[in-house]
Amino acid sequence: MEQKYNVSSNPHVRDAMTTSRIMQLVVIALLPATLFGIWNFGFRALLVVAVTVLSSVMFEWIYDKLMHKPNTITDFSAVVTGLLLALNMPPQIPLWMPVLGSAFAIIVVKQLFGGLGQNFMNPALAGRCFLMISFAGKMTDFAVSDGFRGAVDTVTGATPLAALKVQGFIEGTSVPVKNLFFGNIQGTIGETSALAILIGAVILLAFKVIDLKIPLTYIGSFTVFVIIYMLCTGMGFNGNYLLSHLFGGGLMLGAWFMATDYVTTPITFKGQLVYGCCLGVVTAVFRLFGGSAEGVSYAIIFCNLLVPLIEKATYPVAFGKGGKKS
Amino acid sequence: MGKLTFKGGVHPYEGKELSKNRQIEKYLPKGEMVYPLSQHIGAPSAACVNKGDRVLVGQKIAEANGFVSVPLHASVSGVVKGIEKRLTATGGMADSIIIENDQQYEEVEFHGADLSALSREDIISRIREGGVVGMGGAGFPTHVKLSPKEPDKIEYVLVNGAECEPYLTSDYRRMLEEPEKVVAGLEVILKLFDHAKGYICIEDNKPDCIEKMKKLIKDHPRMEVKELMTKYPQGGERTLIYAATGREINSSMLPADAGCVVDNIDTVVAVYKAVILGRPVMSRIVTVTGDAIAEPRNFTVLTGTNMEELIDAAGGLKNNTAKVISGGPMMGFAMYDLHVPCVKTTSAFLCLEHDAVSESKKHATACINCGRCVSICPGRVLPARLATLAERGDMAGFEKMNGMECCECGCCSYICPAKRPLTQSIKSMRKMVLASRKKK
Ligand code: SF4
Ligand code: SF4
Repeated sequence: MEQKYNVSSNPHVRDAMTTSRIMQLVVIALLPATLFGIWNFGFRALLVVAVTVLSSVMFEWIYDKLMHKPNTITDFSAVVTGLLLALNMPPQIPLWMPVLGSAFAIIVVKQLFGGLGQNFMNPALAGRCFLMISFAGKMTDFAVSDGFRGAVDTVTGATPLAALKVQGFIEGTSVPVKNLFFGNIQGTIGETSALAILIGAVILLAFKVIDLKIPLTYIGSFTVFVIIYMLCTGMGFNGNYLLSHLFGGGLMLGAWFMATDYVTTPITFKGQLVYGCCLGVVTAVFRLFGGSAEGVSYAIIFCNLLVPLIEKATYPVAFGKGGKKS
Repeated sequence: MGKLTFKGGVHPYEGKELSKNRQIEKYLPKGEMVYPLSQHIGAPSAACVNKGDRVLVGQKIAEANGFVSVPLHASVSGVVKGIEKRLTATGGMADSIIIENDQQYEEVEFHGADLSALSREDIISRIREGGVVGMGGAGFPTHVKLSPKEPDKIEYVLVNGAECEPYLTSDYRRMLEEPEKVVAGLEVILKLFDHAKGYICIEDNKPDCIEKMKKLIKDHPRMEVKELMTKYPQGGERTLIYAATGREINSSMLPADAGCVVDNIDTVVAVYKAVILGRPVMSRIVTVTGDAIAEPRNFTVLTGTNMEELIDAAGGLKNNTAKVISGGPMMGFAMYDLHVPCVKTTSAFLCLEHDAVSESKKHATACINCGRCVSICPGRVLPARLATLAERGDMAGFEKMNGMECCECGCCSYICPAKRPLTQSIKSMRKMVLASRKKK
């Protein structure tokens, strides 16, 4: 007659959100940017995306198998890593390179440090930076292909940011800000369309996958820094210059999708604000004073390393432990 | 003014509609009655009856054993069958007095009193003699709570009608059906604290209670109704004090340190009965609910009643019941056996067809550092980090990172997408810390 029921410690209910659902939502939110990239750059971009995602998942699976660990590909985190890496690739990249990047991201950066949640650098960005350091030429080759539908700087033919770095914003020859916003420009597959990325960001916000703390402090502090730079260098306030910086490179993709990567951001409320500000300043410094036009990837990787420090410095005051009293 | 609340918290499925419109029904037990000697925090009561004695309703069957202890009373008339170890809802075996109910309900004589004629000491002693404890679940002896060192420094008496635990509707029904008893109880408590205001705190998902209470207290200058935002754990002692008064206390402080006294609705009613009517705690309201219960109900239950009987009275369990919980889903105890008695602190029996905990295990992953646990933690600590320290057995680190400020509300385990048993890890480490502090 003894009926036995499940026994466990309280609480006895759980929220519906799971790790794999979060990852799936991130994939969905990346789809607008992905689809736009494919439309913008043509079939070649689709190929790069497919190869990168598949190889990421494959490396995750192989690693689990070899190490006799439970299969973790169902948590979708490898898909997210692969997709982010793909979106950071130039469309003309030789296909073996994203495969190599995936291997580095999944096996070295993620798994060797203990797997999901343990990596201290964003795997996709670390993969990209690894490729940039090793094969700088190929990674910055944005030569336009036949399928390309975008606008090009009529003088230099370089990406908008690279052109901006060399000559500033020139009315008439520089790529118009409108194009930068819609995304029919050169760049990596997923970074060009601010619009598509913002649609994805709205999805992330609506499903509470991310909140505004990091993106806003990142973009905000970056903007402030660029404005100060403009005023101090005698350029004067130039809206087009600023907007080109905001929409012309990897900032939007970085701020909404990569700076918000849970694993490599501080867990504390204040820490996230500090982290966002650091990102903005470091990105601006890299872009304005560094050797290359882009700065987002290196800035995020760099700030990833500061996270433990930031977290320690922003440890919250516990309830009733001397916080403000009214 | 916005709705009063605290920072953090979660919104689990409320489930209150299952039983909320069910009037309180009196349930008369059929089988033997079991009275565990320890139904409160503090020293267990000492039995003062012997096997074979006949006892009456309201007769004292066990004495308080020290200051932090209370006496125990029979809720039926009948013969004492023995004093034996019996299973309780929290899973342990406890010494219990067993009484064979003779169904006569023959009462001892109760001595009522007029509040105006009672001194502070009289009131406290009547509360103690009535065996009143915190009936919201904690079970702390109420006379101890109401005897702070400096009664004149108490500025607020908070009646906790938040009932933030999902599914529970006993306080709701009480406020709806017998609000005057709540007010009468508060009046008694206010008499102990000359400088205090009485706040009846209710979550805004119970607008009917709020309205009723407001009407009832409009001629009481020292009483006020406070509307709280509906959110778990709004009715936790610390979060409630914060919401109602803006004051914060930490784990090493008592509500009295913030000039507050907090008592739950049923406790306040018990105070009224003990002081004014002279009737000790012999019954309470129990919600029997959940999707595995055929007809969810709110019962007035005599303490000592077997829980299985109550579940039968609510139409019985469905065949596929996965989990039975004493209390609510956030703080309650899961039980493996239904053969346990109702005690003074039993607020509900929740029976569920799905066990979210075992089902969630297939979604478990490593911590993804998403920060959800941090953002909802009402104790403002870092559950993800504390749980890791706890799992590693790092007691010093745990204390240093304010682990003791966790109020064990369960929000972090509830919200975690990686399905980590955060609360469980933190709780067991807290126990170890408390145990090691005692040793010192
Ligand atoms: S909610 Fe869970 S997954 Fe998120 S940080 Fe906390 S412990 Fe980690
Ligand atoms: S750490 Fe403690 S107080 Fe914070 S959410 Fe978890 S159980 Fe609640």
